[in-house]
Amino acid sequence: MLDYLVSKYNYWIYIFLMMLGFYAMMGKRNLMKKLIGMSIFQTAIFLFFISIGVKKGGTLPIMMEGAARAADYVNPLPHVLMLTAIVVMVSTTGVALAVLLLIYRRYKTLEENEILRSTR
Amino acid sequence: MNIVQTQAAILIIMVPLMSSYAIPVIGWRWKGSAYFIALMAIGASLVCALILLSMVLTQGTIHYHLGGWFPPWGIEYVIDPLNGFMGVVVCLISFLVTISSKKSVEKELPEKKVRFYTIYLLLFTGLMGIVVTGDVFNLYVFLEIAALTAYTLIAIGKGEAPLASFKYIIMGTIGACFYLLGVGYLYIVTGSLNIADLAQLLPPLYNSKVVLTAMAFFVIGLSIKIGLFPLHIWLPDAYTYAPSPVSSFMAPLMTKVGCYVLIRIMFTVFKPYFSIELIPMTTILSWVAAAAMIVGSIFAIVQSDLKRMLAYSIVAQIGYIVLGIGLANRTGLTGSLLHILNETFTKGCLFSVAGAITYKLGTSDIYQFSNLFKRMPLTMAAFLMGAFSMVGVPPTCGFFSKLFLILGSIEARQWVFVAVILASTLLNVIYFFRVIEIAYFKPRQLATEKEKEILKVVYANGGSYEKIVNKADSQGMNEAPLSMVIPILVMAAGILIAGIFSFDIIARVIQFAIPSGI
Repeated sequence: MLDYLVSKYNYWIYIFLMMLGFYAMMGKRNLMKKLIGMSIFQTAIFLFFISIGVKKGGTLPIMMEGAARAADYVNPLPHVLMLTAIVVMVSTTGVALAVLLLIYRRYKTLEENEILRSTR
Repeated sequence: MNIVQTQAAILIIMVPLMSSYAIPVIGWRWKGSAYFIALMAIGASLVCALILLSMVLTQGTIHYHLGGWFPPWGIEYVIDPLNGFMGVVVCLISFLVTISSKKSVEKELPEKKVRFYTIYLLLFTGLMGIVVTGDVFNLYVFLEIAALTAYTLIAIGKGEAPLASFKYIIMGTIGACFYLLGVGYLYIVTGSLNIADLAQLLPPLYNSKVVLTAMAFFVIGLSIKIGLFPLHIWLPDAYTYAPSPVSSFMAPLMTKVGCYVLIRIMFTVFKPYFSIELIPMTTILSWVAAAAMIVGSIFAIVQSDLKRMLAYSIVAQIGYIVLGIGLANRTGLTGSLLHILNETFTKGCLFSVAGAITYKLGTSDIYQFSNLFKRMPLTMAAFLMGAFSMVGVPPTCGFFSKLFLILGSIEARQWVFVAVILASTLLNVIYFFRVIEIAYFKPRQLATEKEKEILKVVYANGGSYEKIVNKADSQGMNEAPLSMVIPILVMAAGILIAGIFSFDIIARVIQFAIPSGI
């Protein structure tokens, strides 16, 4: 059992972080905390992608002396995908922060309960 | 083949993308140009989409390799009848809605015109990108471009718009991340991101748990994006509080493009027998869709705001489309695709009508609509056409799409769904005829001080209340500007034409668009 947990530790970490972010997005009442949860959630997915590209004993994906086979290199593609996804995440966070600014200017608070009370 | 024909698959994205960068530069000096650049870019895409559809139908599937890199290494744009059809529908509705957006943008967002059209075109680019791409990761990027621009456009609305936008950001990001995880899981087992390549590599792996998990992530993620019933909570707020040019652009297109992705994933990336036989995915989806049809309609009945009512109506109509997908037979899927066509036209028409009414009355509260048929006869005629199509009165397109969905349910021997479609239709009748009743039969309450003054004089001379109101309304026929009315009428005519020629459309386009193996 312990072996099972330890041998796939990268996946466990990713699932833990993802659920942490998910909980913050759904459970927290402060909008800023929801946004932080969203960042954790997305970062967890990046970790997952980055860890699937890595191989034991693999080296940088640059042609090198003594490493002729594809198996000698880590898979660069998931890492490249994550560069794109990081750009997407940064823009999402940017848009979300701008929207939070709008909300704060309109309601003078970021607590969901207080906002809902003032709109009713 | 000339250059436009060979490059159409990329021009359809590139023209709006580059134009959206040109708008702030040119619009910095000439503010009025923003609208025309946006319109021309979408018009160019429409031309490309039409060229692509005619080429696909005569020559078969088109492959376009970006930068000359061959798949599965490079990104590939693939146009087959399914997305050729979607491309034309999306471009056509965007074009009409954009024409009608001019006046309401000038009224609702006078200072943000240039920035508005910049983001608007980016949203259009995102939607077209989703439609033409043949690569699952590229699709994710376009999905996020469309979503990010949508968040921004919603947030510029009044009232609770930023809050609605934030809710949408949270839900939309979860949806997109689930989709991304699905892509990751498929990449682990196949090492490919190309849709056609995945379709070949996956069948031997269908019993793998990783593939099952990927499918689950895809379906849940996309269900959030299309607003399928239990996951729809972001949708009504977002479309209600968005400025009316935004809601009339997004409401018909965003969710339907999501439905297209769902069809693509379930029946092209995965072979139909995986989604139908190996796991009960289609059965689950069709029951959820049935719930969506009923619950969406019931929620629509109790709304007092026209845009909000239409937004709940979208939830119900998404149920119809997903039911067709879930039935997973040719007839059901034909109904589904025809309903996508019908939904985009009808919701484009109805949300534009809501925009025109908001433009004139300053509100979309249904109880302020009394006597509207006399005040805005053309707009309300279009509304009537849209309502008929939603209810499914022949010969509008809505009748035929519902007919095919019912035939599909009978073919699948699912009598419950036949009953659900009929029940949902009755609920549609209730919520649309409530609006029509108020707008046609209910006398108008005199609101303004000026009108009350006039009334006093009339009463003194022995006139009646109703007479004066009717007279005032028929004289002061207060129609929305032509640039709004004409696109609305074109869309209303489109509903009728699509209905009358629906069998032609099915025979020439839709029957080829149904993924093979169903």
